[in-house]
Amino acid sequence: MITTTNLSKKYNTSQVLNIESLNIPKGQSFGLVGNNGAGKTTYFSLLLDLIQPTTGHIKNNDIQVNLSEDWKPFTSSFIDESFLIGYLTAEEYFYFIGELRGQNKADVDALVSNFEDFFHGEILGQKKYLRDLSKGNQKKAGIVAALIGNPEVIILDEPFANLDPTTQIKLKQIVKDLAQKQGVTVLISSHDLMHVTDVCERIVVLEKGEIVKDLVTSQETLKELEAHFAGIEKI
Amino acid sequence: MIKRFLDLEWKQFTRSASFGKSLVLKILMLFFALYFVAMFLIMGIAMYPMLKKVFPESDPFVMFNSFIFFWVLGDLVVRFFFQKLPVMSVKPLLTLPIKRKKVVNFVLGKSALSFFNFLPLFAIIPFGVTLIVKDYNVSTVLVWMLTIIIITQINNFLNFIIESLSAKTELSFLPIILLAGSLFALNHFQIISIAETLSNGVQAIANNPLFLIVPILIWIGLYLYNFKILRNKLFLDSSLKTKTQEVNVSNLEWTKKFGDIAPFMQLDLKLLWRNKRPKSSVWMLFLGLLYGLFFYPNPIYQDKEFLFAFVGIFVTGIFLINFGQFIPAWDSGYYKMLMSQNIKYKQYLKSKYTLMTLSVIILFVLSIPYVYFGWKILLAHFAAAIYNIGVNTYVILLGGSFNRKKIDLNQRAAFNFQGTGAVQWIIGIPLMLLPMGIFAIFNFTFHFEIGILALILLGVIGIVFHQKIMKLITKKYLDSKYKMIDAFDHDN
Repeated sequence: MITTTNLSKKYNTSQVLNIESLNIPKGQSFGLVGNNGAGKTTYFSLLLDLIQPTTGHIKNNDIQVNLSEDWKPFTSSFIDESFLIGYLTAEEYFYFIGELRGQNKADVDALVSNFEDFFHGEILGQKKYLRDLSKGNQKKAGIVAALIGNPEVIILDEPFANLDPTTQIKLKQIVKDLAQKQGVTVLISSHDLMHVTDVCERIVVLEKGEIVKDLVTSQETLKELEAHFAGIEKI
Repeated sequence: MIKRFLDLEWKQFTRSASFGKSLVLKILMLFFALYFVAMFLIMGIAMYPMLKKVFPESDPFVMFNSFIFFWVLGDLVVRFFFQKLPVMSVKPLLTLPIKRKKVVNFVLGKSALSFFNFLPLFAIIPFGVTLIVKDYNVSTVLVWMLTIIIITQINNFLNFIIESLSAKTELSFLPIILLAGSLFALNHFQIISIAETLSNGVQAIANNPLFLIVPILIWIGLYLYNFKILRNKLFLDSSLKTKTQEVNVSNLEWTKKFGDIAPFMQLDLKLLWRNKRPKSSVWMLFLGLLYGLFFYPNPIYQDKEFLFAFVGIFVTGIFLINFGQFIPAWDSGYYKMLMSQNIKYKQYLKSKYTLMTLSVIILFVLSIPYVYFGWKILLAHFAAAIYNIGVNTYVILLGGSFNRKKIDLNQRAAFNFQGTGAVQWIIGIPLMLLPMGIFAIFNFTFHFEIGILALILLGVIGIVFHQKIMKLITKKYLDSKYKMIDAFDHDN
C-alpha cells in the first residue's frame, strides 16, 4: 500500500531521515518507535506531503504523494492539536471533515455514534468549542475525526499520549479492529513500547533517521525492544 | 535584567519566520515616521508666525494653549488606532525567578519610549525656541515644554488603559469613540468648557512651576493603575486561560446555494463570528460606511471628483482590505490539517473570493443613500465596487500567498492585544491609491464618465478572466505551500 524508496530529508547539512526502502502492505497495523529526534514525525509529515523530501519519494497506493493529490481521498490523519479547528464544536468539526470527505450528516452521525463509549460523554453535546476542551478530549475528537469517510490509510502520531488509561485501552481495541476487520492500513508512532506491541503487527525502530530494526510482533518483541532502548542489547 | 528582556525581544524579531517581510514593513514604517517628523517640524517652526497672522490680536502662546484640548483628543484617537501596545510573551517567564514587578515595569517602560511620545517634541521644541527668541520668559517656556511632555506621557498611559479595557469588549473601538466624542461634545456645547480649563491650567503651570505637581501626580496615578491591571494579568488562570465561551449555533443552510465551496464558506463565517479579531473587522464595516460623511457634506470636496473614487473604493472595500490581507493566515492554526485533507486549493480560495465579493456588493447597496450628495457619487461608488470585485480581490488573494505570519485566534498569551497597528493600514494604501490614480488621470484628461468607464472596464476584465486569474493564484499558493506550512508552525 505504501512504498518508500530512497527517502531522505536534510535540513541544511544535518540528515534527519534516510530510509532506503520500506513497504507497508495493505491492512497492516504498523508501528513506528524511536527516541526524540529519530524522525517519526518527519516521516509522517513526508507521507502527508507537508514537507518536501530531499531525495526519493513515497508512493501511497501507487500515487506519488508529492506529485499528485489523489491520495488524499483515501488517507486521513491526526498528527497534533493543530489539526483541530478551535472555534468549532466537536460535532461541527466532524461534519466539516465529513463534507470534505464526501459524507453527509447522517453518515457522520452513524459513524460517531459508535464511539460514544470512547468519548465518555465529554465530547458530544457539550456546547463547547474544541479550543475549550482539555488536551486529552481534543485528542479523542481528532482521532475520531480521522476515522470519518472510510479511509484506507490512517496515520496517527503519538495517539496514546495525553490519554487516560481507560481511553488508551479503548483506543487499542479500535485500532486493532480497523486493521483486522476492515482491512485499513494503520500507521502509529509512539514512545510507549507496551502499547505499540499490543496493537501493531509490525514494528519498525528508527534511530537518527535510519531503520535499525524491523520486527514482526511476537511474544518476545516487547523484551527485545526494551533491551534495545535500554542499550544492553547483545549483538 | 532589562538587558535580558531587550535581548529576548531582539531575538524574537530577528528569528521570526516573517522576518524578511517585517523588515520591509519596518523600513516602510520608517519612511512614514520620517514623514511625520518632518510635518511636525514644519508645524513647530511655522506655528508662531501662523498664529500671529491668523489671530493678530492675541498672544500666540496663549492661543496655542487653547488648542491643547483638541490636540490631546486627536492624539488619543490616533494612538488608539495606530499605536501598538508592547507585546511580550510572559508565560515562559512566570515560573522563573523573575519578580513580576520587573516584567510589568519593563513593558510599561517600553511603551513610554514609543515613537508617538517623541513625535510631539518635534513640534514643541521649535515652537518653544521661537517663543524664547521672541523674548518670552525662558523658565516659563521650559516649564511649559515639560508640561507638554508630561501630558504626552499621560496620554500614552491613558491609551494603555483604554485599550486594555476595550480589548475585552466586542466593539473594541466604541469606548474610545464614545469618550472622545462625549468630551468633544461637552466642550463644544459649552456644558463644561474643558478646552478653556485645560488651557488655563497649562498657562498657570507655566507661570508657576509648583503646579507642575498636578500633571505629575496624574501621570504617576495612571502608571500605577496600569501597573495594577497588568500585574493582575500575570497569572495563568486570569488571562492565559480563556473563559469557556457559550456556543452559538446557526446552521447556515443558505450557503448550500454556493455548491462545493459551501463547507468553506460556513467555516469562514464561523471564523468571523466566533473569534474576536476577525469579528472586529466586521464591525469596522460600519465605521467604513460612514467614512464618506467626512467628505461629501463638505462643499470644498464637491468638485474634487477623484476623491469620489477613493472613498468609493474604501467604503465598498473595507471588509475586503481588512479581512483579505490576512488570507490565509486566518486559517494558520489548522493549516496543516487543511493541506492534508481532501480539499482543492481552488475551492478554498474561491470561498474567500466569494465572501469578499459578497461584502463588496452588500456594502455598495448600503452606500446607495450617498446619492443624496449627488448622482456622481453613486456612479463613482458603483465603478469602485466593480473595480474592487474585478481587481482588488485578486490582488489581495495574490498578496496572501506571500503571507508568512501566523495569527493566533485563541489569543491565550497575556499582553497580546493583537490590536490594529499602523502596518495593517499601509497594506491597504496601494489598493486604494491605484484606482484613485487611474480614475484621476482619465477624469482630468478626458471626462468624469470616461474615468468611471476606465474603472468599470478594468473590473469587468478581471471578472471575465476570473477562471484564468484564479488558476494563476492557485498555482502561486501551491508553489509556496511548504513555506507556508512551515511558517505557520512557528509562533511568531
